Amino acid sequence: MSEVKFSKEHEWIILEGDVATIGITQHATEMLGDIVFAELPEKGSNVEKDGTAGVVESTKAASDVYTPVSGEVVDINQAIVDDPSKINEDPEGAAWFFKLKMKDISELDSLMNKEEYDRFAKESSS
Amino acid sequence: MEIKKTSLNKLHQDSQAKFVEFAGYEMPIQYSKGVIEEHKFTRSHAGIFDVSHMGQLFIYGNENLTSDLEKIFPLDLKNLQQNCSKYSFLMNEEAGIYDDLIITKLEDGYLIILNAACKEKDFEILSNILSKKYKMELSNDRALVAIQGPKAVEILNETINGVKNLTFMTGDWFDYNGQKLFVTRSGYTGEDGFEVSILNDLAEEFTKSLIKKGAELIGLGARDTLRLEAGLCLYGHELDLNKTPVEANLKWAISKERLSNGGFVGSDKIINQIKEGAKQIRVGIKPEGRLIAREKTKIFNETELPIGEITSGTFGPSINGPIAMGYVDKEFSKIDTKILLEVRGKKHPANICKLPFYKKSYVKGAN
Repeated sequence: MSEVKFSKEHEWIILEGDVATIGITQHATEMLGDIVFAELPEKGSNVEKDGTAGVVESTKAASDVYTPVSGEVVDINQAIVDDPSKINEDPEGAAWFFKLKMKDISELDSLMNKEEYDRFAKESSS
Repeated sequence: MEIKKTSLNKLHQDSQAKFVEFAGYEMPIQYSKGVIEEHKFTRSHAGIFDVSHMGQLFIYGNENLTSDLEKIFPLDLKNLQQNCSKYSFLMNEEAGIYDDLIITKLEDGYLIILNAACKEKDFEILSNILSKKYKMELSNDRALVAIQGPKAVEILNETINGVKNLTFMTGDWFDYNGQKLFVTRSGYTGEDGFEVSILNDLAEEFTKSLIKKGAELIGLGARDTLRLEAGLCLYGHELDLNKTPVEANLKWAISKERLSNGGFVGSDKIINQIKEGAKQIRVGIKPEGRLIAREKTKIFNETELPIGEITSGTFGPSINGPIAMGYVDKEFSKIDTKILLEVRGKKHPANICKLPFYKKSYVKGAN
């Protein structure tokens, strides 16, 4: 398993073989507040790096979820659609969003590591 | 322009509030527990809301003032008893709404609670119509603190003895640390509760005393989900200059006595609309599933013709599902009418439903 990487749109991604699991960060859920709705991409669809691949809504507003890499959606986490409050409980674990079969693994190179992301998140929220 | 702060700002900060700018004020949108927990706490215990940004307008005068105010508000103020409150509107000649408000008759005049974003303009409109005949004070030295929820009466009565004897939409002056407070049994959450008008200097200590007795600070985020579940209008969303009280389905707030003779600003339009019926009307809307339809979402009938627009939409924590209010063409306003909501380019099914979404529990008096 590779190290967890992070995007500027507050997604995390981890690669196993050529399948990447993607979700939103703890920091993102703290900014959003209580999440009450989640929409995920369709299984079998193709998504492009930095394109929208879902929506989350808090009591206050809707936010797009972007995919940090391109690929085919091979699995989605139906549990967070059925109970979106799970996203606030464990965003960087059980509440992953979708799994992609990656086309180009080098797309991961431009993403941040944990330390870089933590600094980015701190700066962007202050 | 510099952002304004209420006298409870420091207490909000100390309580880990997340702030937003609202009507020129730095206000808490939520605290560390978050909107859903704060909402549920208000429904099960007692929530404290800093609503000091709202306008507290005192107008002093006697019977002449009552007659003059009847030329403005569609209320039977002559027969309103002292210390009783009414919900009303400030309108233009076309019955478009400048603001919605609560007016209370005092011994020496009236107290009007105005929306924060509208209060300066309201003051100007009112002082022009009243042509400066009466002393008018848009208070700068008073905070307004609401306590709402089933435990509100018990908690507040421990701090201000006697408030438990007030009934819904009445108020009175009470003593607190040698100062006078004006307390009304009212609020905007669908719960029993009170609003306390208190001098700025005493507000923090007073609020802390409520917290000590088990009430908790609640932000504007939960205030919005609470009022929407209770089917209550929010100015700038359900109400504005392009809407009339008839269209807003607020006919109940217009005094029947005044409808027969009119004589208030906007009365011709209102009497005519009641006779002819309004083209569009405010309704409650429940999207199917978990979909949230926000403000400005387009509403269609089953054959996909546009029939209206959402004015507020969110997730209702006590309903545990999405809720909304909006305006639709009159013929589609019946309960259980199937409609479609266009969200992110797709049309989703929803139903017109009864308001409120959440049943209120007010303590009603004789009047």
